[in-house]
Amino acid sequence: MSVQIKPSQAGTLESSDILIMLAPAEPGTGISIELVSPTIHQFGDQIKKVITDTLQANGIKDILVHANDKGAWDYAVEARVKTAILRAIS
Amino acid sequence: MKKDKLRRAMMFVPGNNPNMLQNSGIYGADSLIFDLEDTVSIPEKDSAPYLVAGVIKHVKFPCEVGVRINHLSTPWGRTDLETVLPSKPDFIRLPKAESAEEIKMIDEIISEVEYKCGFEPGSIELMAAIESPKGLRNAYEIATASPRMMGIAIGGEDFSTSLKTGKSLSGRELFVARSMVVFAAREADVFALDSVFSDIRDEETFTQEVIQAKEMGFDGKSCVNPKQVEIIYKIFTPSQKEIDHAHRVLEAYNEALEKKHGVISMNGKMIDAPMIIRAERVLANATAAGVYKREE
Repeated sequence: MSVQIKPSQAGTLESSDILIMLAPAEPGTGISIELVSPTIHQFGDQIKKVITDTLQANGIKDILVHANDKGAWDYAVEARVKTAILRAIS
Repeated sequence: MKKDKLRRAMMFVPGNNPNMLQNSGIYGADSLIFDLEDTVSIPEKDSAPYLVAGVIKHVKFPCEVGVRINHLSTPWGRTDLETVLPSKPDFIRLPKAESAEEIKMIDEIISEVEYKCGFEPGSIELMAAIESPKGLRNAYEIATASPRMMGIAIGGEDFSTSLKTGKSLSGRELFVARSMVVFAAREADVFALDSVFSDIRDEETFTQEVIQAKEMGFDGKSCVNPKQVEIIYKIFTPSQKEIDHAHRVLEAYNEALEKKHGVISMNGKMIDAPMIIRAERVLANATAAGVYKREE
């Protein structure tokens, strides 16, 4: 069963951070990620993978994600997604 | 207390800023304290523990890394611990400590996580900040409440506020409290750390405060800016003059031992036991700071 969520956001637009915004999606539509990043060509796939892995690890299957990256490392992406999830389900 | 360990500068780093967190190792502080308390705004209290846990787990730092949690009486203290402990910080710093019971509660939580995560029992240390008259009255009990306790610090801003005054440039309102924290730390054989000085532009007053801290017996000082680390090191690292003097004292002592002289003197001045202890401490600190190498 997919987790019920409401719109949420976490993170900032400061250097080395990422702003994650989550919005509910229709059941069965999956995880959809819109990513803005200055390093999208080098690290875009990796950032999307961290976002997807973190969402799935927390039981989220259907969601819209807007991510505005400012050079965040993997740990920061994961932390911001975790916080956004926490805020979305609380 | 570990004799080969230095904690001259313990630098606070705001816990909700990835840029500051991941780059904080380059400034050479003996210890980093990733802060979840005063530098994290209430709306971000849920976010910072994830960042801090992540950076500890994934970034290699050249020094020990601790976490200042929110007090257990707040809505965030227990979550802070549960989130950051599995990343295995070197120590936890409790703010506003007032009793041994608080330390024992945290000790138990740490023990559970160490067991669950397979960490060596007792490998995560603890320190506490004394920031109120009640905490000061219980400073020795706090410092000895757990074998994990490695240090106590005075939190000057909160302490002076609790006295119904403010933190002055001279710091005279904190003189007794600072002394009592050093007394308790020495009796408990743990580190004694002086308070932060938050005006990073005022290097002159900061320098005076560091000199005073060293003279009073503190092992080091908490700080909030990389610029302050260098000033602390200048004062807390033994100078060449101090090293040379300590060396001569110990040479004179060893020579007298060999010759079985009852009274030891150097340059006409008697050397007694406290001078020898001080000389040994200077050389131990100089060795730990990397400015002196003992002859084999």
